[in-house]
This record gives sequence, structure tokens and C-alpha cells, in this order.
Amino acid sequence: MVLRIDATGLHYTPLNRQVRAAVRDGETEIVIDNVLGQRFIADGLCGEVRITVNGVPGGDLGMFMRGPTVIVNGNADHAPGNTMDGGTIIIHGSAGDAVAHSMRGGRVFVRDDIGYRGGIHMKEYEEKRPCLVVGGSARSYLGEYMAGGIVLLLRLGDTGPFVERGIASGIHGGEVYIRGEVDPGCLAIGAKVLPLDEERRARIRPLIEEFCRYFGEDPAPLIAADYTRIGPASARPFAGKYVWE
Amino acid sequence: MAVGSVPLRYRITIDRDRCMECGRCVENCPYGTFRWEGDRIVVDSRNCTACHRCIAMCPRDAISLAEYPCDYRSHPLWTRDAREAIYNQARSGKIILAGMGNVQPLPPIFDSLLLDACQVTNPSIDPLREPMELRTYIGKKPSKLEFSRTPDGDVDLRTELTPNLMLETPIMIGHMSYGAISLNAQLALAKGAHGAGTFLGTGEGGMHPAIFPYQDNMIVQVASGRFGVDVDYLNRGAAIEIKIGQGAKPGIGGHLPGEKVCADVSCTRMIPMGSDAISPAPHHDIYSIEDLAQLVRSLKEATEWKKPVFVKIAAVHNVAAIAAGIARSSADAVVVDGFRGGTGAAPKVFRDHVGIPIEAAISAVDQKLRNQGVRNEISVVASGGIRNAADVTKAIALGADAVYIGTAALVAMGCRVCGNCYRGLCPWGIATQRPDLVARLDPEKEGEHVANLIHAWTMEVSELMGAAGINAIESLRGNRDRLRGYLLDEGMLKVLDVKPVGA
Ligand code: SF4
Ligand code: SF4
Repeated sequence: MVLRIDATGLHYTPLNRQVRAAVRDGETEIVIDNVLGQRFIADGLCGEVRITVNGVPGGDLGMFMRGPTVIVNGNADHAPGNTMDGGTIIIHGSAGDAVAHSMRGGRVFVRDDIGYRGGIHMKEYEEKRPCLVVGGSARSYLGEYMAGGIVLLLRLGDTGPFVERGIASGIHGGEVYIRGEVDPGCLAIGAKVLPLDEERRARIRPLIEEFCRYFGEDPAPLIAADYTRIGPASARPFAGKYVWE
Repeated sequence: MAVGSVPLRYRITIDRDRCMECGRCVENCPYGTFRWEGDRIVVDSRNCTACHRCIAMCPRDAISLAEYPCDYRSHPLWTRDAREAIYNQARSGKIILAGMGNVQPLPPIFDSLLLDACQVTNPSIDPLREPMELRTYIGKKPSKLEFSRTPDGDVDLRTELTPNLMLETPIMIGHMSYGAISLNAQLALAKGAHGAGTFLGTGEGGMHPAIFPYQDNMIVQVASGRFGVDVDYLNRGAAIEIKIGQGAKPGIGGHLPGEKVCADVSCTRMIPMGSDAISPAPHHDIYSIEDLAQLVRSLKEATEWKKPVFVKIAAVHNVAAIAAGIARSSADAVVVDGFRGGTGAAPKVFRDHVGIPIEAAISAVDQKLRNQGVRNEISVVASGGIRNAADVTKAIALGADAVYIGTAALVAMGCRVCGNCYRGLCPWGIATQRPDLVARLDPEKEGEHVANLIHAWTMEVSELMGAAGINAIESLRGNRDRLRGYLLDEGMLKVLDVKPVGA
């Protein structure tokens, strides 16, 4: 059974209450229609459920979420996947700033572009290795303060070098993969271009395939493409900055 | 090297007539001040941090410690401290790291505020015989209550109350993370808070399973690094605190060096072992009061609006306006941390020079919120340099609902405020993760000491209230008429909204 919720004119708290109650009742498939800027959809939601959002969700979609799959048929506002713990968010459109902020686990796929500070402060722990895959482009400060996980930027339709500033400033774990060339002047303090060996290519291949499955792209050229791999210059960017009193 | 070495800070002497050569000083000093040379104990005073562990453990009272007299040319401006900091930085080219609170010799305003006592009219109240109400609720209060009558004549409360924390005392323990302090230390604080019917903060390091039995007394913190934050953690806490700033280091983030991220710390923070735990200065999803409101609401949504959410800021120049913004963000309490707040590690230049005193900050915040008619929409918690029950009472009279103590609780467990927490070698088993040092702290015993301290201060607060003719903490809150300023300038009296003595 699919549960349909009409979000027309609904505030986010009653909307989320309905979703939670449905998941508690064992619902596994929920469709929310007419979403217009409601924030916090699936915030802190746990469980195996598939939620289709028709419309444009507001900020912090899937924040602290653990488990569900959320499919957005539309754009998303800022910070989808904020501090998310597990599950999948698939956005058929673009998303705002701070996508996947401090994400701890799970995956976020965005078909088009994202705003500033994508993947900022993503972290990993044991089997939790979050990833953010973006089909289009991203703005400055991508992967800033990253402490783990993978950010993959496919830049579909763009062939020039990537020139957004402040890439991965303060990165101390995890990796950023950007298709094509990256202007070296855009790499921020702490970030470094690292060699892309076969093992690393193998690591991003399933993400490319998954992305293509969701959005109907041909994976072959993306798998064969060149990527710039960016990681931390050191795991201890601030070691050596301080002296004792 | 042109700079050479600087003079000793402290001098340790062993009274050889008293010493029985048991070697406890050698074992107890993690800084290597004492060592065996053959069958004789020798002392290297240069390593001493004045932590007092050796003195406390010497069975013969054979050890004495003195500040080493400074033999620089005396100068009112170029103090020993100023000169030695320059030598240090000329040599290293680095930022100087320091622990605990501000060491500037600035007079605490609390000491220039005098409390009131009743004499003939308005007789004082005897707390032994009269009930004194110290129970404190932290959270939003409705501006008015609405009731309705049920058909059978009963009265129903129609106003929807938001969840509040109920404290048996206006004293809580502030946030000290597992990582900054040891698990035994955090456990002792948790036991202490539980015993005293109050709450303590987890700090930004997540929650260790050993703390789970005390989760109902814990306020879980969400800092910019989001360490250890997941939905279970949020649901465990009795309340959630968003950390924006901290009194010891306003405007900068936290940084736990990788070498302190041992297996257990890595598991509570949910980061790999040995990696630096960096909490950047800003939360990257907060760039305005509206964004802060968004985070407050997202935390409430995630926990189904069942938990009060606090926002902690450092006491800074424009603190009242910031607090007024926070009051409109759905937050239930604002925590203001003054510039005397302690910390495990801070750049010395921040610890000693950034921020403002808690006394002025609390008064300014309380006045602003009252003037704007939103004081009841948010509780105010004062922290940073609360040393005794008089400070607690004065902070409440200046407008706080409750206080957080930090250093005082550590002192109750043995801390000697030596200021070396950032080195990770705390000889009292507090600010360290070294297993042999951690084992020195008995959570059971120290938990009792912490609870005793809070009990004792609570009794003193109630005595002070009784003397002032007040029988409920609610009547003390913001009651500046019970305070007078002594040797404070007119500007300060105005900020505090307190009359001078004699008036
Ligand atoms: S602890 Fe006291 S008695 Fe024991 S060796 Fe040291 S100075 Fe002597
Ligand atoms: S916690 Fe330990 S290291 Fe820090 S000031 Fe107290 S005694 Fe010294």
C-alpha cells in the first residue's frame, strides 16, 4: 500500500507527525504531494521507508535521518542530508547551500547543481562512509573541513576547468573527486591533489553507476572520464600551530 | 640561542629530615619533577606545574612548593609574563596554548557587589523552620495561564506548557566533553549531578555508554563539529544545547588533537582513531539568527518537541542583542558564558583578552529581554567563573535563572587549577586520557564530593535568601534591589542596574 499525504497548506510539524505515525504503523511507501517549502521533512526519522516528495522541500530535508530513502521530484532548499546518519536522498533537480553538511552516513544524489559549502564537514566512522554525488556543478568551499566520506562532482555538460574557490579548506579526512581539471589556485589550505589510481577509480565507479540508474544517464563515458582527486595534505592540519604556555 | 632559558616558575624542595624515601612523589608526578638517582630522590623544579599532586600524596608533608621569585628588572608594563610569552613565541613562531580560565589580574565584579540582609522591618526568614523554594524550572514560561471549567466543575489548564527541566537547585554543571576530561571525571560529575537533583552537559564529545544510566541528568551538546550527534544521542538527553560560543575562547572553534582521540573517544565522537576533531568557529548551517532558529527547530522536530533546546554563547560586547535574537528563535534557554570560563585548551591570547565579565553580561541580557517583553520566553543561565554560593546568589539577583559551574566542580574532584589541562597529563585524572592517570580518580567518591559541593552551596543560597527576606528563588531572580555596588564606577553601576552602597 502506498500512503499519500497532501501537504497543501500544511505546516511542517503536523506533516512530519503524519509521516512518523505512518512509519510507526509499518508503512513502507509514502508519497507527499504538493510540497511547498516545508522544512525538516524526515528529520530524525528512522526506519526502512521510501518517501517520495513531489514539489520543493524546505531546508534540512532528512536531517539526522537514519534509514529511509527520500526521492524529491523537484529542487531542494539548503542542507538536505544535514548530519544524516544513514539512508538515501535522491534529488531530481538542484539543491541549495550546505548540502550533506556534517553528514555521518548514507548517500545524497543531486541530479543538477548545488550551492556553496557542499559536503562541508562530512565525517566517517567505521562502516559509516557517507557520500555526496552531484551531477552538475557546485559553488565555493566544496568539501570544506571534510573529515571523511566522498564527494563526487560529475559536472555533466561542463568541460572547462573547475574554478570555484576554497575547495576543501581544512580537509583532514575523506576525498573529493571532481570530473575534469581543477584550477590549482582554487584549492584551499590543507587540500592537495592526489594521484587517481585504479583502486580509487574502482571506489567511485559504483557511485557513478548508481547516479546513472537514478537519473537515466549513460554511465560508460563517466566511468571512463578523468577525475581530479583531492584529499588532505595532512591528517593533522593544525598540528604545529600551537606551543605550550 | 639568543633567548636562552627562562627562570623557573616554581621551586620544589624536599625536607630531607622528614622524607622517608617512599617514592610516592616520583610515581605521582606525570611531569617528571622527581626522579630516583641511585637511592636518592632528585628534583627538577623546571618541570613543576604547581598541580600539588606530590604534596597531597606525600605521607610526611616533606614537600614544599613556592613561586620562584622573578629576577627580571622590575617593570610595571613589561611583566614577567609579557616577557616570557615573547621569548616563547620568538623561539617557536606559534600560538600559545593555555588551559583553564583567564589569568588577567582583573577584579571580579561579584566581589564588589554586596548582598542585602533584613534587620527590623521585613524580618529575615529562618530556612530551618520555613520552607525555602529553590526548585528551578528551565525553559519557556507562558506569559499567562488560561483555564476552563469542565462540566463536572473541575478546572482544566488550557495553556499548553512547553517542556521544562526541573532542577532541585539553581546550580547545574556546565559542558565538559569526554575527550577534554576523562571518562572517570565525567562519570563522577554525572553521579554528582544525579545526587544533587540537577543536570550536567556532555560537552561536544558525544555520550559514552557508561554515562547512559545518567542520561536523564544530561544535557547533550551539538557543536559545529557535530561530533557524536545522531538521533539516539539527541533522544537520550534531557535537553539539547547548541554551542555557538564559549567564554574561554569566544569566536573560535574547538580542536581536540588527534593524539587524544583514543579508541573510546573515537567511538563517542564517531570519528576515526587518531584523527583531529575539529569544530570550526561557525556552524556551517548558521549564518544568521534565522539560521539559528532553523537549527533549534530542526532539533525540536527530530525529538518531537519533547526537549528544551538551549543556546550557549560567549559573553561578548553585544551580548544582549544576540540573546534577544536567540529568544525569538524558539530556544528555551540562553546560556551566557563569561570571560572567566575555563577550558581544556585555548589560545592564551583569547583566554585572557576576549569577551566580557559574566556579571555585566547577565545583567545586560536580563534588562534587554525585560525591556522587550520577552524575558519569560526564555531562561537565562550564567556561567564562567562562579566560585561560591555568593556568586550564585548574585548572578541570580542580576537576572539569571540558574548557573552552570565548571571549574568549581573540577576543584571538588581534586583539580588544583594548575592550568595545564591542554597537555593531557592531569595528575588528578581529570583532563587526561592516560589510563594510569584516569584510574587515580574514583568516580564514586568524587561524585559524592561534587554532590556535597552542590548541596552545600544550595544551603548557603537558601540562607542568603532567608537573610534577605526572600523565600523563593523566583523572587530573587533579577532582584537588583538586594544588591549594592561597592567601589564600582557609575558606568558599571548603570550596566548592572545596581545602586551604590548607602543608597
Ligand atoms: S612523597 Fe614525600 S616522603 Fe615520599 S619520597 Fe617524596 S618527598 Fe619523600
Ligand atoms: S584539570 Fe588537572 S590539569 Fe587541568 S587545571 Fe585541574 S589539575 Fe590542572
